[in-house]
Amino acid sequence: MSEAIVSRRKYVIIWAALLVLTALTATVSEIELGGFNAPVAMAIACTKALLVALVFMHLRYERSKIVIVWAIAGLFWLLILFLLSLTDYLTRGYMNIPGR
Amino acid sequence: MRANDSNQGAAAALQHHFANLEQQRETATLGMWVFLLTEVMFFGGMFAGYLIYRVAYPAVFIAGSRRMEFWAGTANTVILLTSSLTMVLGVWAAQVGRRKLLVLFLVLTLLFGIGFLGIKAYEYHHHWLDHNVPGPSFQWLDSQGQPAPDAREAQIFFSLYFAMTGFHALHMVIGLGLVSFILYHALRGSYSPAYHTPVENVGLYWHFVDIVWIFLYPLLYLISKRHG
Repeated sequence: MSEAIVSRRKYVIIWAALLVLTALTATVSEIELGGFNAPVAMAIACTKALLVALVFMHLRYERSKIVIVWAIAGLFWLLILFLLSLTDYLTRGYMNIPGR
Repeated sequence: MRANDSNQGAAAALQHHFANLEQQRETATLGMWVFLLTEVMFFGGMFAGYLIYRVAYPAVFIAGSRRMEFWAGTANTVILLTSSLTMVLGVWAAQVGRRKLLVLFLVLTLLFGIGFLGIKAYEYHHHWLDHNVPGPSFQWLDSQGQPAPDAREAQIFFSLYFAMTGFHALHMVIGLGLVSFILYHALRGSYSPAYHTPVENVGLYWHFVDIVWIFLYPLLYLISKRHG
């Protein structure tokens, strides 16, 4: 079979990194960063999600390119959803149009 | 159909419309990822709703997040990350044909999953007692114990909270069913180094559900921490 067999040691290291990042995000959330709390929390969450996707879900070792394309398509679709939604909701007050 | 010899078992696992097990495995993996993409769209809609309402009513999201129990969310994060480790070690055990280890890791994954749902049920019970469940009995009081003016917005926060964690918990329940299914087949010796695609794909599902919680944890439990 062409599937990659990853060592147990690597899995345990990734798990430890995930726990460290969890402790980090819980600690950082207590510190006032003046508007940067949410971006930092999301950056840590994205890092954790990336670790899970790349190693636990074997994306880093995936040989089938179409699987990679699908995974990236999911990410890209989320970007469209969030960014284009916010370009609407964040800019509604800009034009001073009554009722908007 | 079921044979003790692993090569025979693998031959029995090959469906007639695939050229070989390799092609069958790749097809199943791609199919699983396509399914996970539909799950991304499903949860993505709720995350977009959360994003828009949090931008609109930041204060009430902080107040709502204060009603969460920090230790419960953190414990559940640790439990779920650990269950992902046992799940991926189960996939490893299936790949190298260690059947007893596979059974052990699947049982551990089940126990962690049940533990997660237990803590979640405890939290829901608490929200129920606090009248934080959206609906006729929803109560939102200010510091003087009077009904607060932003009760409607608070109901939006708790509606999002229950929708997102509720669907996540539903996925956990389905995941427990899937893990039980492959545990049953692992006990019967259906998997071998040549054929263990169901273990891998249930693993992909389990890790996806873990990733959803990785985002729910900071969004629901951590936003109020620095505001006392």
